[in-house]
Amino acid sequence: MRIRFPRLRARSRVTALVCQQVVELVTDYLEDALTAADRRRFEQHLAGCPHCTEYLAQMRETIRLSGRITPEDLTPNMRADLTDLYRRWQAEG
Amino acid sequence: MESDEGLLRRLRAGDEGAFVTLVERHNGAMLRLALSFVPSRAVAEEVVQDTWLAALRGLGGFEGRSSIKTWLFTILVNRARTTGVREARSVPIGDAGPVVDASRFGPDGGWAVPPEHWIEEAEDRIDAVKLSELLRVVLDTLPARQREVVLLRDVEELSSADVCQVLAISEANQRVLLHRGRAKLRQALESELGGAPR
Repeated sequence: MRIRFPRLRARSRVTALVCQQVVELVTDYLEDALTAADRRRFEQHLAGCPHCTEYLAQMRETIRLSGRITPEDLTPNMRADLTDLYRRWQAEG
Repeated sequence: MESDEGLLRRLRAGDEGAFVTLVERHNGAMLRLALSFVPSRAVAEEVVQDTWLAALRGLGGFEGRSSIKTWLFTILVNRARTTGVREARSVPIGDAGPVVDASRFGPDGGWAVPPEHWIEEAEDRIDAVKLSELLRVVLDTLPARQREVVLLRDVEELSSADVCQVLAISEANQRVLLHRGRAKLRQALESELGGAPR
Protein backbone atom coordinates (compact mmCIF):
# COMPACT_ATOMS: atom_id res chain seq x y z
CA MET A 1 0.00 0.00 0.00
CA ARG A 2 1.25 3.38 -0.86
CA ILE A 3 1.01 6.02 1.69
CA ARG A 4 0.56 9.39 0.19
CA PHE A 5 2.00 12.21 2.09
CA PRO A 6 0.36 15.52 1.68
CA ARG A 7 2.56 17.63 -0.50
CA LEU A 8 4.39 20.25 1.40
CA ARG A 9 3.25 23.38 -0.21
CA ALA A 10 5.73 26.08 0.30
CA ARG A 11 3.63 29.16 0.08
CA SER A 12 4.82 30.16 -3.37
CA ARG A 13 6.70 33.28 -2.76
CA VAL A 14 5.88 35.82 -5.39
CA THR A 15 9.22 36.85 -6.71
CA ALA A 16 9.57 39.73 -9.07
CA LEU A 17 10.35 39.00 -12.70
CA VAL A 18 13.62 40.15 -14.19
CA CYS A 19 13.93 41.62 -17.70
CA GLN A 20 15.39 38.45 -19.14
CA GLN A 21 12.27 36.54 -18.04
CA VAL A 22 9.92 39.27 -19.18
CA VAL A 23 11.11 39.18 -22.79
CA GLU A 24 10.42 35.43 -22.86
CA LEU A 25 6.85 36.00 -21.67
CA VAL A 26 5.96 38.73 -24.15
CA THR A 27 4.12 36.47 -26.58
CA ASP A 28 2.20 34.67 -23.85
CA TYR A 29 1.25 38.09 -22.56
CA LEU A 30 0.09 39.35 -25.95
CA GLU A 31 -1.75 36.08 -26.57
CA ASP A 32 -3.43 36.35 -23.19
CA ALA A 33 -1.98 33.01 -22.16
CA LEU A 34 -0.52 34.02 -18.80
CA THR A 35 -2.17 33.08 -15.54
CA ALA A 36 -3.73 36.01 -13.73
CA ALA A 37 -0.87 35.96 -11.21
CA ASP A 38 1.82 35.94 -13.91
CA ARG A 39 0.04 38.66 -15.80
CA ARG A 40 0.12 40.80 -12.68
CA ARG A 41 3.82 40.14 -12.18
CA PHE A 42 4.46 40.94 -15.82
CA GLU A 43 2.59 44.22 -15.63
CA GLN A 44 4.21 45.13 -12.33
CA HIS A 45 7.59 44.70 -13.93
CA LEU A 46 6.60 46.82 -16.93
CA ALA A 47 5.38 49.59 -14.67
CA GLY A 48 8.91 50.04 -13.36
CA CYS A 49 10.95 49.14 -16.43
CA PRO A 50 11.11 51.47 -19.44
CA HIS A 51 13.30 49.05 -21.40
CA CYS A 52 10.86 46.16 -21.20
CA THR A 53 8.02 48.57 -21.93
CA GLU A 54 9.94 49.59 -25.03
CA TYR A 55 10.54 45.96 -25.93
CA LEU A 56 6.83 45.19 -25.71
CA ALA A 57 5.97 48.25 -27.81
CA GLN A 58 8.52 47.15 -30.40
CA MET A 59 6.97 43.70 -30.51
CA ARG A 60 3.58 45.26 -31.19
CA GLU A 61 5.12 47.43 -33.89
CA THR A 62 6.81 44.38 -35.41
CA ILE A 63 3.44 42.64 -35.62
CA ARG A 64 1.87 45.72 -37.19
CA LEU A 65 4.64 45.99 -39.79
CA SER A 66 4.39 42.28 -40.58
CA GLY A 67 0.76 42.86 -41.46
CA ARG A 68 1.95 45.18 -44.21
CA ILE A 69 3.96 42.53 -46.03
CA THR A 70 2.16 42.08 -49.31
CA PRO A 71 2.00 38.87 -51.28
CA GLU A 72 3.64 38.82 -54.66
CA ASP A 73 1.47 39.52 -57.66
CA LEU A 74 0.07 36.74 -59.73
CA THR A 75 2.37 36.09 -62.68
CA PRO A 76 0.79 35.95 -66.14
CA ASN A 77 1.93 32.32 -66.37
CA MET A 78 0.21 31.29 -63.18
CA ARG A 79 -2.90 33.14 -64.16
CA ALA A 80 -2.98 31.31 -67.50
CA ASP A 81 -2.31 27.93 -65.82
CA LEU A 82 -5.08 28.48 -63.30
CA THR A 83 -7.57 29.65 -65.89
CA ASP A 84 -6.79 26.46 -67.83
CA LEU A 85 -7.24 24.46 -64.66
CA TYR A 86 -10.64 26.04 -64.10
CA ARG A 87 -11.77 25.21 -67.63
CA ARG A 88 -10.56 21.63 -67.35
CA TRP A 89 -12.41 21.29 -64.06
CA GLN A 90 -15.58 22.62 -65.66
CA ALA A 91 -15.18 20.16 -68.49
CA GLU A 92 -14.99 17.36 -65.91
CA GLY A 93 -18.65 18.10 -65.39
CA MET B 1 -14.22 44.93 -52.65
CA GLU B 2 -16.51 41.98 -53.16
CA SER B 3 -16.44 39.54 -50.25
CA ASP B 4 -15.02 36.05 -50.64
CA GLU B 5 -18.49 34.75 -49.85
CA GLY B 6 -19.99 36.71 -52.74
CA LEU B 7 -17.29 35.38 -55.05
CA LEU B 8 -17.96 31.88 -53.83
CA ARG B 9 -21.64 32.21 -54.69
CA ARG B 10 -20.78 33.36 -58.19
CA LEU B 11 -18.18 30.62 -58.54
CA ARG B 12 -20.76 28.00 -57.62
CA ALA B 13 -22.93 29.41 -60.35
CA GLY B 14 -20.10 28.75 -62.82
CA ASP B 15 -18.56 32.23 -63.04
CA GLU B 16 -14.96 31.98 -64.24
CA GLY B 17 -14.32 35.64 -63.40
CA ALA B 18 -15.12 34.93 -59.75
CA PHE B 19 -12.51 32.17 -59.75
CA VAL B 20 -9.88 34.47 -61.23
CA THR B 21 -10.63 37.12 -58.59
CA LEU B 22 -10.26 34.56 -55.80
CA VAL B 23 -6.99 33.46 -57.34
CA GLU B 24 -5.73 37.03 -57.53
CA ARG B 25 -6.68 37.53 -53.92
CA HIS B 26 -5.18 34.41 -52.36
CA ASN B 27 -2.67 32.85 -54.71
CA GLY B 28 0.32 34.91 -53.53
CA ALA B 29 -0.17 34.02 -49.87
CA MET B 30 -0.73 30.37 -50.79
CA LEU B 31 2.47 30.32 -52.80
CA ARG B 32 4.45 31.82 -49.94
CA LEU B 33 3.01 29.32 -47.50
CA ALA B 34 3.72 26.43 -49.88
CA LEU B 35 7.33 27.54 -50.22
CA SER B 36 7.98 26.81 -46.57
CA PHE B 37 7.02 23.17 -47.05
CA VAL B 38 8.68 22.25 -50.31
CA PRO B 39 12.19 22.71 -51.65
CA SER B 40 11.54 24.66 -54.80
CA ARG B 41 9.32 27.25 -56.35
CA ALA B 42 8.30 24.85 -59.11
CA VAL B 43 7.05 22.32 -56.57
CA ALA B 44 5.33 25.08 -54.60
CA GLU B 45 3.48 26.22 -57.70
CA GLU B 46 2.34 22.64 -58.30
CA VAL B 47 1.10 22.36 -54.74
CA VAL B 48 -0.82 25.61 -55.13
CA GLN B 49 -2.40 24.43 -58.37
CA ASP B 50 -3.35 21.12 -56.76
CA THR B 51 -4.92 23.11 -53.96
CA TRP B 52 -7.06 25.16 -56.32
CA LEU B 53 -8.21 22.04 -58.10
CA ALA B 54 -9.04 20.34 -54.80
CA ALA B 55 -10.92 23.46 -53.73
CA LEU B 56 -12.96 23.49 -56.94
CA ARG B 57 -13.76 19.81 -56.53
CA GLY B 58 -14.64 20.38 -52.88
CA LEU B 59 -16.79 23.45 -53.49
CA GLY B 60 -19.98 21.55 -52.74
CA GLY B 61 -18.66 20.38 -49.39
CA PHE B 62 -17.44 23.77 -48.17
CA GLU B 63 -19.83 24.78 -45.44
CA GLY B 64 -18.44 28.17 -44.62
CA ARG B 65 -17.58 27.32 -41.04
CA SER B 66 -14.17 28.86 -41.61
CA SER B 67 -13.21 31.67 -43.96
CA ILE B 68 -12.37 30.74 -47.52
CA LYS B 69 -8.78 31.74 -46.89
CA THR B 70 -8.48 29.39 -43.92
CA TRP B 71 -10.13 26.63 -45.93
CA LEU B 72 -7.69 27.12 -48.83
CA PHE B 73 -4.69 27.19 -46.48
CA THR B 74 -5.86 24.00 -44.77
CA ILE B 75 -6.12 22.17 -48.09
CA LEU B 76 -2.75 23.54 -49.12
CA VAL B 77 -0.93 22.41 -45.98
CA ASN B 78 -2.40 18.93 -46.31
CA ARG B 79 -1.30 18.75 -49.95
CA ALA B 80 2.14 20.16 -49.19
CA ARG B 81 2.69 17.62 -46.45
CA THR B 82 1.79 14.72 -48.70
CA THR B 83 4.33 15.70 -51.34
CA GLY B 84 6.85 13.78 -49.25
CA VAL B 85 9.37 16.56 -48.82
CA ARG B 86 7.80 17.86 -45.72
CA GLU B 87 9.41 20.95 -44.26
CA ALA B 88 12.84 19.91 -45.35
CA ARG B 89 14.48 22.90 -43.75
CA SER B 90 12.85 22.67 -40.37
CA VAL B 91 13.46 21.03 -37.04
CA PRO B 92 10.57 20.27 -34.69
CA ILE B 93 10.25 23.56 -32.83
CA GLY B 94 12.71 25.64 -34.74
CA ASP B 95 15.50 26.27 -32.32
CA ALA B 96 16.08 26.59 -28.63
CA GLY B 97 17.56 29.10 -26.23
CA PRO B 98 16.49 32.60 -25.31
CA VAL B 99 14.99 34.87 -27.97
CA VAL B 100 17.03 37.85 -26.87
CA ASP B 101 20.75 37.24 -26.79
CA ALA B 102 21.86 36.49 -23.22
CA SER B 103 24.78 38.87 -23.61
CA ARG B 104 22.32 41.76 -23.57
CA PHE B 105 21.48 41.10 -19.91
CA GLY B 106 23.56 41.60 -16.79
CA PRO B 107 24.13 38.98 -14.10
CA ASP B 108 20.95 40.14 -12.32
CA GLY B 109 18.84 39.46 -15.43
CA GLY B 110 18.30 43.16 -16.12
CA TRP B 111 19.02 44.78 -19.47
CA ALA B 112 22.71 45.59 -19.96
CA VAL B 113 22.25 46.50 -23.62
CA PRO B 114 18.63 47.68 -23.71
CA PRO B 115 16.53 47.75 -26.86
CA GLU B 116 17.48 50.63 -29.13
CA HIS B 117 14.69 52.95 -30.10
CA TRP B 118 13.39 52.50 -33.61
CA ILE B 119 9.58 52.69 -33.58
CA GLU B 120 9.43 56.35 -34.54
CA GLU B 121 12.00 55.70 -37.20
CA ALA B 122 9.78 52.96 -38.63
CA GLU B 123 6.71 55.18 -38.57
CA ASP B 124 8.44 58.18 -40.11
CA ARG B 125 10.06 56.07 -42.73
CA ILE B 126 8.85 57.23 -46.10
CA ASP B 127 10.15 54.10 -47.72
CA ALA B 128 7.61 51.72 -46.19
CA VAL B 129 8.02 49.41 -49.14
CA LYS B 130 11.67 48.87 -48.34
CA LEU B 131 10.84 48.12 -44.74
CA SER B 132 8.28 45.51 -45.63
CA GLU B 133 10.75 44.08 -48.14
CA LEU B 134 13.26 43.74 -45.30
CA LEU B 135 10.70 41.92 -43.17
CA ARG B 136 9.80 39.65 -46.04
CA VAL B 137 13.43 38.69 -46.53
CA VAL B 138 13.90 37.99 -42.82
CA LEU B 139 10.65 36.03 -42.74
CA ASP B 140 12.01 33.81 -45.50
CA THR B 141 15.07 33.02 -43.40
CA LEU B 142 13.08 31.81 -40.38
CA PRO B 143 12.92 28.07 -39.72
CA ALA B 144 9.95 26.75 -41.69
CA ARG B 145 7.58 26.17 -38.80
CA GLN B 146 8.19 29.61 -37.30
CA ARG B 147 7.75 31.13 -40.72
CA GLU B 148 4.44 29.34 -41.26
CA VAL B 149 3.04 30.56 -37.96
CA VAL B 150 4.21 34.17 -38.36
CA LEU B 151 2.98 34.21 -41.94
CA LEU B 152 -0.48 32.98 -41.01
CA ARG B 153 -0.87 34.94 -37.80
CA ASP B 154 0.84 38.27 -38.44
CA VAL B 155 0.97 38.61 -42.21
CA GLU B 156 -2.33 36.94 -43.13
CA GLU B 157 -3.91 37.86 -39.80
CA LEU B 158 -5.64 34.57 -39.13
CA SER B 159 -6.92 33.92 -35.62
CA SER B 160 -4.83 31.72 -33.38
CA ALA B 161 -7.52 29.00 -33.57
CA ASP B 162 -7.42 29.08 -37.37
CA VAL B 163 -3.63 28.87 -37.43
CA CYS B 164 -3.74 25.82 -35.17
CA GLN B 165 -6.32 24.25 -37.46
CA VAL B 166 -4.40 24.98 -40.67
CA LEU B 167 -1.08 23.69 -39.34
CA ALA B 168 -2.54 21.00 -37.06
CA ILE B 169 -0.54 22.18 -34.05
CA SER B 170 -1.48 22.97 -30.46
CA GLU B 171 -2.03 26.47 -29.13
CA ALA B 172 1.03 26.13 -26.90
CA ASN B 173 3.20 25.02 -29.79
CA GLN B 174 1.91 27.86 -31.89
CA ARG B 175 2.83 30.37 -29.21
CA VAL B 176 6.38 29.05 -28.96
CA LEU B 177 6.85 29.27 -32.73
CA LEU B 178 5.29 32.71 -32.88
CA HIS B 179 7.45 33.92 -30.02
CA ARG B 180 10.68 32.85 -31.68
CA GLY B 181 9.71 34.10 -35.11
CA ARG B 182 8.51 37.50 -33.96
CA ALA B 183 11.59 38.03 -31.82
CA LYS B 184 13.81 37.56 -34.86
CA LEU B 185 11.78 40.02 -36.90
CA ARG B 186 11.99 42.55 -34.06
CA GLN B 187 15.74 42.09 -33.86
CA ALA B 188 16.04 42.60 -37.61
CA LEU B 189 14.14 45.88 -37.34
CA GLU B 190 16.30 47.00 -34.45
CA SER B 191 19.45 46.17 -36.37
CA GLU B 192 18.19 48.00 -39.44
CA LEU B 193 16.66 51.06 -37.83
CA GLY B 194 18.20 51.39 -34.40
CA GLY B 195 21.73 50.27 -35.15
CA ALA B 196 23.17 46.91 -34.22
CA PRO B 197 23.15 46.17 -30.47
CA ARG B 198 26.88 45.94 -30.42
